[in-house]
Amino acid sequence: MMRFMLLFSRQGKLRLQKWYTATAERDKKKMVRELMQIVLARKPKMCSFLEWRDLKIVYKRYASLYFCCAIEEQDNELITLEVIHRFVELLDKYFGSVCELDIIFNFEKAYFILDEFLMGGEIQDTSKKSVLKAIEQSDLLQEEDESPRSVLEEMGLA
Amino acid sequence: MPAVSKGDGMRGLAVFISDIRNCKSKEAEIKRINKELANIRSKFKGDKALDGYSKKKYVCKLLFIFLLGHDIDFGHMEAVNLLSSNKYTEKQIGYLFISVLVNSNSDLIRLINNAIKNDLGSRNPTFMNLALHCIANVGSREMAEAFASEIPRILVAGDTMDSVKQSAALCLLRLYRSSPDLVPMGDWTARVVHLLNDQHLGVVTAATSLITTLAQKNPDDFKTSISLAVARLSRIVTSASIDLQDYTYYFVAAPWLSVKLLRLLQCYPPPEDAALRGRLTECLETILNKAQEPPKSKKVQHSNGKNAVLFEAISLIIHHDSEPTLLVRACNQLGQFLQHRETNLRYLALESMCTLASSEFSHEAVKTHMETVINALKTERDVSVRQRAVDLLYAMCDRSNAKQIVAEMLSYLETADYSIREEIVLKVAILAEKYAVDYTWYVDTILNLIRIAGDYVSEEVWYRVIQIVINRDDVQGYAAKTVFEALQAPACHENLVKVGGYILGEFGNLIAGDSRSSPLVQFNLLHSKFHLCSVPTRALLLSAYIKFINLFPEVKATIQDVLRSDSQLRNADVELQQRAVEYLRLSCVASTDILATVLEEMPPFPERESSILAKLKRKKGPGHLPDINNTRRNVNGSSDHTETNEVTNQDSTPSFTDLLNLNSSPSTGASLLVDAFSSSSTPASIDVNEENFSRFVCKNNGVLYENHLLQVGLRSEYRQNLGRMYVFYGNKTSAQFPSFSTSLNVHNKAVDPIIDGGAQVQQILNIECVSDFTDAPILNIQFRYGGTLQNIAVKLPVMLNKFFQPTEMTSQDFFQRWKQLGAPQQEVQKIFKAKNPMDKEVTKAKIVGFGVALLEGVDPNPENFVGAGIIHTKSTQVGCLLRLEPNTQAQMYRLTLRTSRDTVSQRLCGLLSEQF
Repeated sequence: MMRFMLLFSRQGKLRLQKWYTATAERDKKKMVRELMQIVLARKPKMCSFLEWRDLKIVYKRYASLYFCCAIEEQDNELITLEVIHRFVELLDKYFGSVCELDIIFNFEKAYFILDEFLMGGEIQDTSKKSVLKAIEQSDLLQEEDESPRSVLEEMGLA
Repeated sequence: MPAVSKGDGMRGLAVFISDIRNCKSKEAEIKRINKELANIRSKFKGDKALDGYSKKKYVCKLLFIFLLGHDIDFGHMEAVNLLSSNKYTEKQIGYLFISVLVNSNSDLIRLINNAIKNDLGSRNPTFMNLALHCIANVGSREMAEAFASEIPRILVAGDTMDSVKQSAALCLLRLYRSSPDLVPMGDWTARVVHLLNDQHLGVVTAATSLITTLAQKNPDDFKTSISLAVARLSRIVTSASIDLQDYTYYFVAAPWLSVKLLRLLQCYPPPEDAALRGRLTECLETILNKAQEPPKSKKVQHSNGKNAVLFEAISLIIHHDSEPTLLVRACNQLGQFLQHRETNLRYLALESMCTLASSEFSHEAVKTHMETVINALKTERDVSVRQRAVDLLYAMCDRSNAKQIVAEMLSYLETADYSIREEIVLKVAILAEKYAVDYTWYVDTILNLIRIAGDYVSEEVWYRVIQIVINRDDVQGYAAKTVFEALQAPACHENLVKVGGYILGEFGNLIAGDSRSSPLVQFNLLHSKFHLCSVPTRALLLSAYIKFINLFPEVKATIQDVLRSDSQLRNADVELQQRAVEYLRLSCVASTDILATVLEEMPPFPERESSILAKLKRKKGPGHLPDINNTRRNVNGSSDHTETNEVTNQDSTPSFTDLLNLNSSPSTGASLLVDAFSSSSTPASIDVNEENFSRFVCKNNGVLYENHLLQVGLRSEYRQNLGRMYVFYGNKTSAQFPSFSTSLNVHNKAVDPIIDGGAQVQQILNIECVSDFTDAPILNIQFRYGGTLQNIAVKLPVMLNKFFQPTEMTSQDFFQRWKQLGAPQQEVQKIFKAKNPMDKEVTKAKIVGFGVALLEGVDPNPENFVGAGIIHTKSTQVGCLLRLEPNTQAQMYRLTLRTSRDTVSQRLCGLLSEQF
């Protein structure tokens, strides 16, 4: 199973983190720091896999973002690489040519999409259509129950 | 899709995120965040009840702040309130906050569980999914207690929607992983297996993950999944690439599901049913064939998807380890990848080949790629790939290529990355020892290791070289000469000084004849390093000096001067000072004889598993290391378990048992104490010694037990069901052993109660075999030495085969009787790896020594050995036929025994199979 997935920028800013096993906050921070340092130091042509502690790290860079997954000893590296790619495709399809800013400003959406795709560290559905359908449905629900609000109201002045 | 507007429901959040992004410094960011936190806190505490939307917005802001890495200590209650909102987006944000931020605050958990329970029961699939996701994300014990019995019901209910089934399967998997005891097994398990047949591939994918994990723990309960998984896999691999519609990924049919099914099959041995097995083999062949087809797309996703399945198929082939053709094909395929332009594939090929190297069938095929792998070591630009190459070279190493591989690893070590040096050092040390034909090569290799990477040579490594030199007299002179030469280098590593000090202290006399390495030259050389060394090394050198005083009386005065100097006698370090004082005193007061006894050459170390290997296993973890030490796997699956067991055993033996206990600085007092116990056989250790037991299976005379005080020798003779054993107790010391007594768990005559120094006493034991038996008698020996009671227990080598009478018979007779003893329980067969070189004459001698008659010209194959004999017990006689078939190519034997009694067959097979 996947233990966790991290998205971080070339500048070392963490954009998304998903942990599939219970981990203490302190350990999380330490692991994130350590891994970012290792991955960011690697050169472009190097292979996408490395051993780290008792885990296998699979990472790939898309534009300014690194997608980095930690999997267990017996897990398949190549298919994990394609898990990353499929996730990127899903984000891309949803946001329409996704960029780092989309993920920053709509971080909750990125989490929702990831949750529809992976659950408990295992893949839930590999069909792009199924995953996007689930997200679209929830967006429809959202639009239904939200009446438009004025800018003044939004700023708490109304 | 006009997407971004969708997330735009909360303008306030977007404004806040922009503000944070515009902050020029960390301080400004913290200031902005604190301002926002104060704002949110006042909103939450304010009198005006917040509407759902505002609550959602603020909770989302808190979440954002938390994800930036700041602590959040409020807002949980508001998030929980959102859970019971009937607006989807509010619920969704509430769940997200809980998933990311929940701690096991018990009050809160109860409220959360209540909300989840409502949503699970809502029959609204979207709400149910949110609830299931939350359980899976948190996965705490409290949640497992509340829902572990509910979720299987949802999973197998007929009216559950597919998307909910998928979530339920993975949610259950998560709970099973964290709290397996809380997930009740029951009727639902059978129905879960049938989800493998589901129409919806998404459901099958999720269910396969669940079933794989359950099957790993309860293989028998999920056996039916094998045939379903094979059927499903077969349909996928034979489908045209577009059949599976959205589950086709870049022209690869359902790669995720294929990988998962292949993983599931790795929970089991090859299917027993021949048809099923054939179908699976076909699938695997199809996958291998596809790898040779031209790619349907140039996209890397296509080749990754395809190869992901291929590598998983190869894993399954290796796991089964039963189809030589598939194994060799897998090896050839990986061989192609070794030279692929994709770094990822080269990496994975090296990794996968490592496990192939440990299979009996493919070891040789892997070896043919040695040059490519060596080349990878030299040319790969990525250290993780080079590391895999080192691992593979280690795994493919055997006696035929050890010299070359060790040489290549050594030369790589010169430039290797610091991160992997220690591991390479360990590997080189292990290979050099394991495959040393002549030990001069071994000594050279280890000294090279110290020269090239001295800092990475751990204690285990240099302890080991000393143990080996001490145990093998043929290499001692060479070792002394070599360390002496190595020490001449102007700058040599401290580890070399340690090894040099120890070896010259023990064996410096072997090179002292040469004037260029006369005692004084040796001493001066060692002492020239003294002041540059750390305390433990200096302590070791002091011991070497006192050993010199014994070896070379002519340098006694020089050394005494050194010991007498203030820098030694008044050294600030207690250990050094004590050694200097004691050694000086010893050299002054003791007579030459006493000195010679005290400083006698170290006795051989007991043979045991190399602690280096244990260290490497600890370092790499049990799964990582191909097991070169034990027999190569020839049965599927099961060997993995024994491997792990062994590793844990080794880990539990304390590592200091192997230490020479030289660097006895006072801080390591605890281990010193234990070490003292283990080396001097005080009554603390009364474990039964059976180290030499098996050596007596095929012979009757020899040394049964030896420590630094006592030697126990044996001579024995047997006739039919009677035997007589002469036991000799030799006192190796110059002192008397008073109160000497022995006892046997069977009757024996008393022995002389005193053994004088250097003397030997004899004891006669009469033996009668009443019926067939397995356990050997234990001989307990007690005596006093140096004021303490010594207590030794030794297993006496009385085995069933001692009561053999050889029987000559013709080929015809033999096969007639062989057929008569054809009942399944009468035959015992064992296939095992040769532990010793397969020498025909030695094998013959062992079979004759075992007690049977060796029947020549009986077996049609002249390479096989056939024997016959009768076991005599008081009550009965048991006829016994045996056949030993060596396979020199595989370095294996097959031993078959047929007797009229199953217990006898088993015992004899157990005894004899340990001898080759």
